[in-house]
Amino acid sequence: MFWINGLLNSLAFGAILFLLAVGFSLIFGLMRVANLAHGAIFMLGGYIATSMIGFGFLAAVLAAALACAAFGGLVERSLIRRLAGRELAQVLGTLGLAFIIADQCLLVWSGDPIAQPAPALLRGTVEVAGVVFPAYRLALIAIAAIALAAIWLLVERTTLGARIRAAVDDREMARAMGIPVSRLFTTVFCLGAGLAGMGGALAAPVMSVYPGLDAEMLPLALLVVILGGIGSLSGAFVGSLLIGLIYTFGQMLLPDLAYVILFLPMVVVLAARPQGLFGRHMA
Amino acid sequence: MPSEPALSLSGVNAFYGDSHILHDICLELPQGEILALLGRNGAGKTTCMNAIAGLLPRRSGRIAVGRQDISALSPEAICRAGVALVPQGRRMFRSLSVEENLTVARRAAPPAGQRPWTIAQIYDLFPRLQERRANLAGQLSGGEQQMLAIGRALMTAPRVLLMDEPTEGLAPQIVAEVGAIVRNLRAAGLSVILVEQHMAFALGLADQVVVINTGRVVERGAASALRADMSRLEEQLGIH
Repeated sequence: MFWINGLLNSLAFGAILFLLAVGFSLIFGLMRVANLAHGAIFMLGGYIATSMIGFGFLAAVLAAALACAAFGGLVERSLIRRLAGRELAQVLGTLGLAFIIADQCLLVWSGDPIAQPAPALLRGTVEVAGVVFPAYRLALIAIAAIALAAIWLLVERTTLGARIRAAVDDREMARAMGIPVSRLFTTVFCLGAGLAGMGGALAAPVMSVYPGLDAEMLPLALLVVILGGIGSLSGAFVGSLLIGLIYTFGQMLLPDLAYVILFLPMVVVLAARPQGLFGRHMA
Repeated sequence: MPSEPALSLSGVNAFYGDSHILHDICLELPQGEILALLGRNGAGKTTCMNAIAGLLPRRSGRIAVGRQDISALSPEAICRAGVALVPQGRRMFRSLSVEENLTVARRAAPPAGQRPWTIAQIYDLFPRLQERRANLAGQLSGGEQQMLAIGRALMTAPRVLLMDEPTEGLAPQIVAEVGAIVRNLRAAGLSVILVEQHMAFALGLADQVVVINTGRVVERGAASALRADMSRLEEQLGIH
């Protein structure tokens, strides 16, 4: 019982992490930008969803995703592209942006945690083979699986996705072949920010939304990407599940050492496979 | 009335960082001809190709395709204007399949004067690529990669093809195949700049020859004239 529940919680948390980390990883892989505002966008999505819950849960999640996607596009056009190729400026710029977003959220939504009700349909439990599962957590896992499938189809089976992969392989050659890499960047940034916003909105019923959520989630996204490999979809998926498992069980079994246990696999992976489990060497 | 050149460079300077690599390069590539750009190692041939393709941020002078000035354009816009690069070292999109390498470069509806290519037409030209369409580009042999690099460039519907050492590292039989393909492309109306170390190959194909040394044009003329006076060319290229 303990193990099965722990496993389910791990998977549900992994699902949230995947929505957060996959955009971070795609943006990092394609644009070589570590967007340190990604955790703040996740939190922003959560807050927006709590304000929109009056229109229904689905509408709240969609509004959060769309608002964050639009915000991401704006950030890419106005800030990120001015910092191209300057890593320190990118780190400081996106971190500064994260602080600004967090401060504005504090101003708008105050410092108290906001609980978000799960949709009525998913508030109950589901009994499978004598074990009782909270329905919402099962739904989270399903949504992450659907998101994985959709992103996989987009990246692996469409021309847009092939162009994104081409730009990851060799950005300069992609431009020389007429691929509008700059527009791709904006698209990927919108997509990544939208997914993070959706992740925040979907996480709200489980985690609620509170100041500091951004700074709590960002290192986890970094961990996922380091474990799974930069720009790798399967890496983001496996990395999210691993971190979900380690984080959840770590807190259940060894709460004092939860952070050590979290960062230990990263150290091992960095020592043995610096490019990550599914990563390729960066050109 | 002679038609305007397919590609012309006048007073082109280019830099890598602080080093001044190309000095006042002037050249004209007539429509439907092959111009061989020769020179020793490090003479600036690849820099010249990259400057035309827009891959060097620091460049000056005028580069034009037909009447259109492309000197200030981005690499994407230069490609759309009808200049396609077959880069040194092939530089395939290694994690994409052969077919995806062609698909991503596809320009279906180019402006007048630029011929669109379909994947089927590329496969007609290179049947080998069709056999390997589902393979990752990184798994191809050198010769197949060269064919794919040419096919990918054609998919952008170019008027001008910039071929940077297409025979590098290829077996003699494949070199001959590449030569036949370049001739076919010229017959189909494409204009080609060919950078080569392989002098016999280049002279056998070219209509015009330009020799550069330390970033300056030191010799130019019809290929037929230079073939008749090989000793002069050998001197320019440091072959004794």
